[in-house]
Amino acid sequence: MDTLLELISLPLILSSFRFATPLILAALGGIFSEKSGVINIALEGIMLFGAFAAVLGSAQTGNPWMGVLYAMVGGVLFAAILAIVSIVFRADQIVIGTGINIFASGITIFLLQIFFNVKGTSPLVPRLPFMRIFGVRFSVLTYVSLILVPVVYYFFYKTHWGLRIRSIGEHPAAADTLGINVNRWRFLSVLMSGVLAGLAGAHLSIGDGSAFVREMSAGRGFIALAAMIFGKWHPVKAFGAAMLFGYAEAVAVRVDFAFIPSELISAIPYVVTIVVLAGFISKSVGPAASGEAYVKGDR
Amino acid sequence: MNSKMENFKSLLTDVGISVLSITVALLFGVFFILLTEESPATAYEALYFGAFGNFRNILNTLWRSTPLILTGLAFALPYRAGLINIGAEGQFLMGGFAAGVAGYYFTSLPAIIHLPLAILAGVVAGALWAGLAGWLKAKMEVNEVISTIMLNHIAVALTINYGINKLRTSTRMATPQIMESAKLTRFKEMADSAFWSKLPFVEVFADPGIRLHMNFVLALIAAVILWYLLFKTSLGYEFRAVGLNPDGAEYGGINANKTIIWTMLIGGAVAGLGGAGETLGTHLSFMAGMDAGFGFTGIAVGLIGQSHPIGAIFGGLLFGALNQGGLEMQFAGVPSEIVNIIQALVIFFVASLQIIKIFMKNRREKEGVE
Repeated sequence: MDTLLELISLPLILSSFRFATPLILAALGGIFSEKSGVINIALEGIMLFGAFAAVLGSAQTGNPWMGVLYAMVGGVLFAAILAIVSIVFRADQIVIGTGINIFASGITIFLLQIFFNVKGTSPLVPRLPFMRIFGVRFSVLTYVSLILVPVVYYFFYKTHWGLRIRSIGEHPAAADTLGINVNRWRFLSVLMSGVLAGLAGAHLSIGDGSAFVREMSAGRGFIALAAMIFGKWHPVKAFGAAMLFGYAEAVAVRVDFAFIPSELISAIPYVVTIVVLAGFISKSVGPAASGEAYVKGDR
Repeated sequence: MNSKMENFKSLLTDVGISVLSITVALLFGVFFILLTEESPATAYEALYFGAFGNFRNILNTLWRSTPLILTGLAFALPYRAGLINIGAEGQFLMGGFAAGVAGYYFTSLPAIIHLPLAILAGVVAGALWAGLAGWLKAKMEVNEVISTIMLNHIAVALTINYGINKLRTSTRMATPQIMESAKLTRFKEMADSAFWSKLPFVEVFADPGIRLHMNFVLALIAAVILWYLLFKTSLGYEFRAVGLNPDGAEYGGINANKTIIWTMLIGGAVAGLGGAGETLGTHLSFMAGMDAGFGFTGIAVGLIGQSHPIGAIFGGLLFGALNQGGLEMQFAGVPSEIVNIIQALVIFFVASLQIIKIFMKNRREKEGVE
């Protein structure tokens, strides 16, 4: 009973936002890339590099906002690798994404030694401002991520640009016939996903803490990917999935279960993703006509 | 008529792309070494010496190549059938964990039963973990890239986070040490073994710094078996047919679902062997962090070997040499992470340069028309 009460306690739910922030940002990034037709499994690596770039910017300028800028630029640089190699050289996107992830984990530790002369954890740097609600810290980037969800939704479903990107992802040949420059839009979309995944990294290093730790993305890029899939590539639904996964992470950190080992709770997002993709949930839930009013004589 | 010639040409292109990629990656590496304000010549000399400088280093290069050859094969075989197995990491972990548990749990088995049993446990665990992804793809249409990524993370939670915590008997993040009877023979201990000491040359291995063990031999055997399977059996022909043209293969009566499940099972089995080898030969227990990204580096190994089982041996040797030599480079004052950077660059270049093949094919087709 105590455990149950703890599961719906306010601090726990509020801290889900904190854990969900990088997932939301990176999942939105993933949506940009994939809506345009480029699979981005490099979110993990881009996020990691963004986290490093944020600390570097904050340390060099003493201004955490410059750290955010560095993170976005760093994210764009990494995303540019994906864009160039997969669009210009037509290389396998999955393979390149994996390459970027290896690259990120190598180069962040390498640069940590060049710039800070340490191998594991960077020195503390100025962090982004935060606001406490009921004792739980909310970094500025948490608010940014919450604002970006409706913005990205609006972009994709209410603007010409969003429609173009979606049409490219669905049927590039048709889009091309209509005079849309497929590759240019793909390029821009992939770079945009770099900006967002970079921001996610900034949250990890200078939003939620004030240092870079090696491998600090710790699979969150892949959870973001899972959230995007679970959310069916829709910004608002992906947000919901990211919140669910953030909640799972908060539970794993804060709640002790007598019956489920806490080590396994962290695997929930991954299991859920497979289950959803296999259609165990969405195919069995709700008949096709649910939500539609029945009108006599209507076909 | 000229199919032998064509084959030779395509082999030459493949090797050419791989060699070019490695060269360009090493050249880019120079730039990163310069950032450390060390001399690239010194760094690469140290890298070379560390990998091939003396007998011990060469054998240790083989030792470090072993898991990479196996994860490289785990990527290469499914890739031939058009599948992208990102899951070697998880399959490796499941294999290593199962072998580790089998290695310490049975206390009174003779080595002749215990060792094969422990290896088999690892192979089967790896195969099932990959087979799950294959089954999800064949029956539920779940993209194997996504499912193997997710299975990697589930494997980490199951084996490292949960399994080790549950089973460990000390503060060391590892399962209990395996029994003597489950140990893979190490080359340095051959002179002491009743069986191997009969061989005339085993004294040369009696150097405590040599870490090579028998899994290297098993990895070579696995590569040869996969080569035979892929190029000399009808099952292998079906695998390749599905990879080249899934619809055509289906039309020709090949069951694509069967291919998906079998290639994943075999790929996972090989990755599981890699994990079992590291547990039974290198660490003597299943240890947190022993996967060391082998699953992902295996993708690079498979690619540089152009998804050919024998190519995977060379790819594994190259990357093993980089890993082994990287340590020496670290002593010379250059961060060993340069090696990871070079490995990633190799991936970028191999993947990018495939476009050469597309150009060559287009040109051939044009010439054919004229």
